[in-house]
Amino acid sequence: MNTAAGQNILTLKDIRKVFFAGTVDEVTALNGIDLEVADQDFVTVIGSNGAGKSTLLNIVAGVFPPERGGKVVIKGDDVTRLEEYKHATHVARVWQEPEVGTSRNLTIEENMSLAILRGQPRTIKKAINKKRRDLFREALSQIGLGLEDRLTAQVGTLSGGQRQALSLVMATISKPTILLLDEHIATLDPRTAQTVMDLTEMIVSRDKMSTLMVTHNMEMALKYGKRLVMMHKGRIILDIGENRKKNLKITDLIAAFETAAGEEFTDDNVLLSC
Amino acid sequence: MDVISSILFVAGYEGLIFGLVAIGVYITFRVLGFPDLGVDATFPLGGATAAVFIVNGANPFLATLFAFMAGLLAGIITGLLNTKLRISALLSGILMMVGLYSVNLRIMGGANIPLIRSITSFDIFAAFTGLTGMPLSITLAGLTALIIFVALNWFLRTEVGLALRASGDNEKMLRGLGVDTDKNILIGCSLSNGLVALAGALVAQNQGFCDVGMGIGIIVMALAAIIIGEGLFGNPKGITTILLACFVGTFAYRLFITLALRLGLPPGDLKLITSVLVVVALGIPYLRKRLRREWIPPASRM
Repeated sequence: MNTAAGQNILTLKDIRKVFFAGTVDEVTALNGIDLEVADQDFVTVIGSNGAGKSTLLNIVAGVFPPERGGKVVIKGDDVTRLEEYKHATHVARVWQEPEVGTSRNLTIEENMSLAILRGQPRTIKKAINKKRRDLFREALSQIGLGLEDRLTAQVGTLSGGQRQALSLVMATISKPTILLLDEHIATLDPRTAQTVMDLTEMIVSRDKMSTLMVTHNMEMALKYGKRLVMMHKGRIILDIGENRKKNLKITDLIAAFETAAGEEFTDDNVLLSC
Repeated sequence: MDVISSILFVAGYEGLIFGLVAIGVYITFRVLGFPDLGVDATFPLGGATAAVFIVNGANPFLATLFAFMAGLLAGIITGLLNTKLRISALLSGILMMVGLYSVNLRIMGGANIPLIRSITSFDIFAAFTGLTGMPLSITLAGLTALIIFVALNWFLRTEVGLALRASGDNEKMLRGLGVDTDKNILIGCSLSNGLVALAGALVAQNQGFCDVGMGIGIIVMALAAIIIGEGLFGNPKGITTILLACFVGTFAYRLFITLALRLGLPPGDLKLITSVLVVVALGIPYLRKRLRREWIPPASRM
């Protein structure tokens, strides 16, 4: 967090990813991605199914490495070939399904204490103490769902929205270098989705968090974030900065897509889903 | 009255000793989601290690400690098969179970080691406390169980222990939070097999011999005990209750077995009864759903 705003926090260079290479199912999920994300930037990544959005996030999170020749640099550290758990020092992630971001059988405070040790060695000291409990209470009280009074409740007893809000707090409490949001409100009902999205905006702007948010919803991509990146067939075909993004409309986006991709826009999913 | 108290004593002793096995199996099956069948061989491994050291004149408590360490090591190997060679959890355990059988024979230099004429931990403890017979067995088993209970109750609340507990539930989240999940598997498997070997070492010393076949079916016995314990405590989630449930479940299971034996059941039938008990406990919820014509997801192979 000691880099000045505007400096690059994430650099992706010539990222390619091929799945099932050499078989009939061979698919090029990413085909030469170059992307730089500035510190404190909030980038929304949009694209239809199969565009490569999730693969891109998986590469940044280290779930698998890119093909040889590609490079992932986070805050000056080359993390291209590091194992996933070592990426966690820099990268925090909120997944699409609330079940993935939290542990069902542990209590809220136990989940939180797993999260505050992101990227730090875990010791045989007590995982929960008074100081940490106060910290959890403070962090949870800011999201206004009353979870701060239920620290010892089993996470499995929470609703999907509450679990996703908890995932968000867990992802951000240890101030990661970059926050990845992987369609993190897609499985929630519209009202809960709105609540979680409002919380996201609150936390991202409060902590000046560098953020990469993947969505297949154009309205969301336009409404949130400072910069918009559109992906198609494993490439970035549009990259719209803060000034142009402000006045952008969905029709502009579709027109821009058709020009850039050289084909007609046909994905009703992107248009209709809100 | 004498019969009842003697039945309770036997079940009490066995509940404490085999409770250690149940906790070990709980750690792999429930905590890690790693069905490790290797414990069938780590139980006699513990017995064999302790027996050989004792016969050769080592301090029996030290011999028991070595047995515990042999179990820890065996567990690490099982974990390595899975994490480094990507052999499935189930197969890793089976490979260890089969392989260790030969190792156990080698350690013992035969299928059986008598300990009747050797000085065991129980003999030393007897000389120290003046206890004999069942009270002696129960006191030493209880003391060991208490130490393990307190140690685990502490360890599973530490930062490392907490990461371990989230393991079977959500490894994806753990990696996302910077936890080396492979290391988790090694710690968990090691601890589990260590506890089972410790129990094996104590059982061998108490019964006065170690036999290469003494672990056969112990995994099913432990599962039965866990299922009973979970049933009695209503699917416990807190760590203290879970540990207690393992001991109480084992006690209830051994009580049931001891009663069945008293009623004239041939000991040879015990393993079948245990298996049927587990099948019934696992199968009933599904059969009930089927009777109510509820939808049941397809069978899983894990």
